[in-house]
Amino acid sequence: MATTHPTLELPRPAPLLGKGGWTMFLVAFIGIAAIAPALNLMVPEGHWLHLSDYMIGLLGKFMCYAICALAIDLIWGYTGILSLGHGLFFALGGYVMGMYLMREASGPDALPPFMVFLDWKELPWQWSLSGSFALTVLLVFLVPGLLAGLFGYFAFRSRIKGVYFSIITQALTYAAMLLFFRNETGFGGNNGFTGFKTILGFSLNTPRMHVLLFALSGIALLGCYLLSRWLMQSKFGRVLQAVRDAESRTMFCGYNPLSYKLTIWVISAMMCGLAGALYVPQVGIINPSEMSVGNSIEMAVWTAVGGRASLIGPIIGAFAVNGGKSWLTMAAPEYWLYVLGLLFIAVTLFMPGGIVGLARQWREHRAARRGKAEANMAAAGRPSAASPSSSIIAKGARA
Amino acid sequence: MRATAAALSLLASFGAHALTADQAFRMAGAEEAEQRAAAITQAVQAQASQVPDARLGIFLKALADDAVKTAGGKAYIVGTDDKAVDAATGAPATLPADAEDVVNNNYLRGVIDIAQAALALSGPDVGERRTAAARLAAEPDASRIELIDKALANEQDDGVKALLERAKAASLLASDVRDQRMQAVGVLARDRTPETQLLLNQRLADEQDPAVRKVLQRALAEIADNLAWGERLGEIFSGISLGSVLLLAALGLAITYGLMGVINMAHGELIMIGAYATYMVQVAFQRFLPEALFGWYLVLAIPVAFLASALVGAMLERGVIRFLYGRPLETLLATFGISLVLQQTVRSLFGAQNVGVENPSWMSGGLALLPNLTLPWNRICIVIFAFLVLGGVAFMIARTRLGLFVRGVTQNRAMASCVGVNTARTDTYAFALGSGIAGLAGCALSQIGNVGPDLGQNYIVDSFLVVVLGGVGQLAGTVYAALGLGVLGKLLEGWTGAVLAKIAVLLFIVIFIQKRPQGIFALKGRSAEA
Repeated sequence: MATTHPTLELPRPAPLLGKGGWTMFLVAFIGIAAIAPALNLMVPEGHWLHLSDYMIGLLGKFMCYAICALAIDLIWGYTGILSLGHGLFFALGGYVMGMYLMREASGPDALPPFMVFLDWKELPWQWSLSGSFALTVLLVFLVPGLLAGLFGYFAFRSRIKGVYFSIITQALTYAAMLLFFRNETGFGGNNGFTGFKTILGFSLNTPRMHVLLFALSGIALLGCYLLSRWLMQSKFGRVLQAVRDAESRTMFCGYNPLSYKLTIWVISAMMCGLAGALYVPQVGIINPSEMSVGNSIEMAVWTAVGGRASLIGPIIGAFAVNGGKSWLTMAAPEYWLYVLGLLFIAVTLFMPGGIVGLARQWREHRAARRGKAEANMAAAGRPSAASPSSSIIAKGARA
Repeated sequence: MRATAAALSLLASFGAHALTADQAFRMAGAEEAEQRAAAITQAVQAQASQVPDARLGIFLKALADDAVKTAGGKAYIVGTDDKAVDAATGAPATLPADAEDVVNNNYLRGVIDIAQAALALSGPDVGERRTAAARLAAEPDASRIELIDKALANEQDDGVKALLERAKAASLLASDVRDQRMQAVGVLARDRTPETQLLLNQRLADEQDPAVRKVLQRALAEIADNLAWGERLGEIFSGISLGSVLLLAALGLAITYGLMGVINMAHGELIMIGAYATYMVQVAFQRFLPEALFGWYLVLAIPVAFLASALVGAMLERGVIRFLYGRPLETLLATFGISLVLQQTVRSLFGAQNVGVENPSWMSGGLALLPNLTLPWNRICIVIFAFLVLGGVAFMIARTRLGLFVRGVTQNRAMASCVGVNTARTDTYAFALGSGIAGLAGCALSQIGNVGPDLGQNYIVDSFLVVVLGGVGQLAGTVYAALGLGVLGKLLEGWTGAVLAKIAVLLFIVIFIQKRPQGIFALKGRSAEA
């Protein structure tokens, strides 16, 4: 039986970024890598264009947070899995970097001060790779990635999802926090790591280094953004969104959600690890409180506030929430928790699409008004009878 | 030293009726500590055969309190008002200018302590005699056998007698006569406490005679057996008590999360509200009611805690949660926001520090079951309370109209609505009930732990794990999960320490959920989403 197949025309893949998108991206890149450093280093203090060291540190920190928010967006916004354990991956990246910095600060053959204090004679095994910077960079990705891979494989294989998944990620983070609080695990216990001095032999406490770390965080954020965009526009990303919207149907179509979910879960964890590694040298401390349950939930809130399932939203959210926090904890510290708490409630109740969603609504609202105005003009041109076509346009624009 | 003591006890038979000035001086001012100790022992033993002289007791107490000075062969007791009295007669005296302080080393303090205990043996108060006998039993010494014998002859109280027997046996344990040693082991073996175990073990190390060794070993094995039971029972009890705490914390969640599907991250804060309500009732009792009534504050605190949390819960349901049914992950975020607001509110109202909640007097102390097993009353009360609350909730769900409505709405909202159930109101009542139970948990937890703004945070993860482990929507599962986790946690704790046990339990749950994602008791069904 010979049948002719109609030739199927697939839509061409969309470009990674539009013309306007690339322009914006370039502007952001130049701003982070050139303008902000110049404003900090070249412009004299007191000048209105001077970017203070404090601001550089703050913005650098926020960019690390933004990477976390982006990572959570990949797994929550696009795949529908809410993780309450990303604080753990963030902290793991931070601890790996912190170990390297501790080794540098205490010298190649000496033990870090807290081990001397505990009267230990040699480095425990977990520290054996921390002497090399190249291995440290590798481990920043591998440690969170491996843990996420192992945990995710078993969790997704047993088809744990929704709230169950959230709660066991929370339990995992909580267990890790308890473990890191102990002195004998060899991670500095309660106090964590602090007292860093140099990185690759360069002092951490010079304005140049601050600016360099700031620029690196910014470039990492831009890189993560591009990677996320590329992933989500590809077929891989579409399958993820299909899993989010109807997992069973996706399965019945012949896709195995396990490998898709696992891949994005590991990528997301690695991004968080990278953010942690960039964060630690900038703030100069890492301790187990980074793994507290509240921290992980707060990360999810940055994403929710900015807008889920959009890539720019989480970045905006991380900056907005943390900017508000920095300002308010200085101005009126006792009100910060009220504001954060009410923000959680308001966003879930009134702004399910977050800030980006609000902007989208406003744009649509304007478009609808314009469409209506055009329809009215058309109707005014032919007062005898409204043309059917114009009323359709008006209806379409309103919908 | 034993020889000097024996020699001095010979001297004692001459009989010294009352404390003489010379004796007092020897007890306080002799050059060597040994001489002073001997003088003290001698004085006490002399007293035991006569009607005791109150001066000796006063003098010994002054010695123990460092209130004695010596000068010119006499001892003086110097009061806090710097007025001196003659130690032997009690008559006021002027303290000579060259009076010297008496310094006691630790050895002498021990001697004085024992001497005071020995004196107390002939005192009128049973309680004091008992403490004194226990004191002597704890530090056996062969030189005191005569003294104990005399006390035994006069003693009427059975409890003190038993203690004295034990003290005598302990003192005879090192006797030179084999039969006495055997007998002593027999008497001691009846008392199966860790102290006896220690005593017999020390003897075993020194014992040469194989027959006595055998008796000793058998006695020790029996004691060890008995103690192991006490330890095991103690561990199981503390496991059950931890389990009932978990059960209390999770029961409310079993309704709001298990039945209604609301991920209430503010559950911990509802527990906290119950605890603070208890605190406020306590303060009100302290301030406005006579002290005799204070023990009853908890009776009023229970309904107050329930109502306070239930009210807050109802407001939350009406104000926020109602709009989020069917969107579990968003409920999680919104209720986390609520928990932050509630925490900060409590911090603003009561301060960031923990507040003090006192146990009523009938809850302090414990029930001594075995020598090494005492169950604290407050823990016992919590176990009982937890099961009463459980019974109440089970009754509520299974037998009342509200329970029927809740089950109906949970199973098929549309159908329940069609047959005339006001589903929105049922939701509010059910949520308020779950919150009220959290309040009851808070009231109970205030009796065993700190009450502060972070109280809820400590229980939220555990509560969720209990409900998830038990199987959502299953009250029985919640009970098994709570008790199971409690006992497992405590057993591991004895083996690995508290924190590692906690981590192990968390990991166990994570692995268990992998195997049985629906918990211990899964709802049976054929849904493709199951």
